[in-house]
Amino acid sequence: MSFPTQVIPNFSGPNCAGQFFCWDWVGANWFSVLQPALIQHIWISALAVLFGLVISIAAALYAVRNSWFEKGFSALATFLYTVPALAFFLLMVPITGLNVGTVLIGLTGYTLLLLFANTVTGLRAAPPETIAAADGMGLTRNQVLFKVQLPLALPSIMAGIRIAVVTVISLETVAAQVVQAGLGTPLFNAQRNVFTTGLITTGLLAIALALVADALVVQLQKLVTPWVQARR
Amino acid sequence: MTEAHSQRPGVEIEFRSVTKTYPGQDTPAIDNLSLTVPAGDICCLVGPSGGGKTTAMKLVNRLIDFNEGEILIGGSGVRDVDITALRRDIGYVIQQVGLFPHMTIEANIGVVPRLLGWSADRIKARAVELLDLVRLDQNFAKRYPSQLSGGQQQRVGLARALAVDPPVMLMDEPFGALDPITRNEIQDEFLKLQNEIAKTVIFVTHDIDEAIKMGDRIAVLRQGGVLAQYGTADELLGSPADEYVADFVGADRGLKRLSLRLMRDLVKVSGENHAAPADAPTVKGSATLRTGLSVLFASGSRVLKVTHDDDSATVIGTVTLDQLQDAVYETAPKAPTDVVVAGEA
Repeated sequence: MSFPTQVIPNFSGPNCAGQFFCWDWVGANWFSVLQPALIQHIWISALAVLFGLVISIAAALYAVRNSWFEKGFSALATFLYTVPALAFFLLMVPITGLNVGTVLIGLTGYTLLLLFANTVTGLRAAPPETIAAADGMGLTRNQVLFKVQLPLALPSIMAGIRIAVVTVISLETVAAQVVQAGLGTPLFNAQRNVFTTGLITTGLLAIALALVADALVVQLQKLVTPWVQARR
Repeated sequence: MTEAHSQRPGVEIEFRSVTKTYPGQDTPAIDNLSLTVPAGDICCLVGPSGGGKTTAMKLVNRLIDFNEGEILIGGSGVRDVDITALRRDIGYVIQQVGLFPHMTIEANIGVVPRLLGWSADRIKARAVELLDLVRLDQNFAKRYPSQLSGGQQQRVGLARALAVDPPVMLMDEPFGALDPITRNEIQDEFLKLQNEIAKTVIFVTHDIDEAIKMGDRIAVLRQGGVLAQYGTADELLGSPADEYVADFVGADRGLKRLSLRLMRDLVKVSGENHAAPADAPTVKGSATLRTGLSVLFASGSRVLKVTHDDDSATVIGTVTLDQLQDAVYETAPKAPTDVVVAGEA
């Protein structure tokens, strides 16, 4: 089951000349190229969504009581979301340099609008009678926010995470145009060399990653919002 | 059992010349309201929309703050204690229930105990006890509110309000959203429960019939938050203070008043024992005068035989049509010993 280790340059190795798809190449490059790229892709996506989530939830908790802040943060997040991804990464390089940090900052920026908007909507969606009962029972304003509104916002927050995860996994392939990181790197190389096996393999890996991640988030959502599934 | 359910019986609630005017309004929402709810009584607040009945109730736990006057619970002013401590020690039940959808029934009941730092074991034990008290099966503990019917949810609402055994309860049209059958059932059960726990309850309703049934005392408010009359159901129905109250309690107040008293009490009051014809209709001693009148009218007879509750063969006396009429016609309400108020029936 061992393969020859001659994998440099990336897109040669086994004799794949003229083939549309070449399994030998995939086998020869899995451990040296594809797997590390996949793992890096997973890490960067996870961190970007995590950072975006922390920033968005903190901002939303503040925004729900301060409409000036909601408008301001919303405008910023919308602006970040509308900048074309490639331009964004290129513009960031002079400031943050040619490193993974640049990709991370860019991707985090893209999650903000989705996560912030969904969190604010979720916080506002708590039934008024539940808030009224909580007030009357002697919960403080902060207790209402953290013990009632925030948990009730979870379904909406999780929906935001789903979109953010898939968006980030897909956008991250573009980042390789600027910084060598994630699945975008082999994809970009294959594109440059018109190497169909490399294009198909990395493309499929990115798609599979997005599907698996989405399925995982859906499972997580069921786990953290058990009351949504509970029906008579 | 009873002791475990409630170790803190109700305390007196007193409104002293309380006035509430909302900012930017010329007329007050509550105007110089003074009334005392004795410890352990249910006081129903009734009136038209805009009469300020819910406002008056919310002044007690300071969901709305009053401008003038004072409200005392068990002798101490509601402004003399910390507002969250005040609210946590007052049971609060609202029409829409407002259970926390993301918490199990057990967790819902345990919200205020948790805030007060009760141990997990104590909260669990209390939830078991309260589910029992409101007649819900123990397997409801782990369910979510969305899995319960409206009536079941309001039972949980009651249990949640009783969690820390507060001496005072505020109930804002608590049974108003339930279908008539469920409402009647839960009203009866609450009255039975109240016999055990003897809380002081302020109960807001727009339904005069519910007030007559539930209230030891009824406060009728009119537009502008002015107290029109405060008294027992029998006082309101027997001698309404003015046209407004008479109108509010309804033109059929004579019949309603019949519902407040039982056949066996009329036998006792009249003391007479006319010989009744053998074919005279019979009615149980525990039936209301209204039921008696109905039986009488349906039979065409002018006299009723009143029987023992458990043994319909034992006649304890008779009641005539004239006696029934006299019972309603007397203008002054009878002394409390002779009157059975709906809440105790």
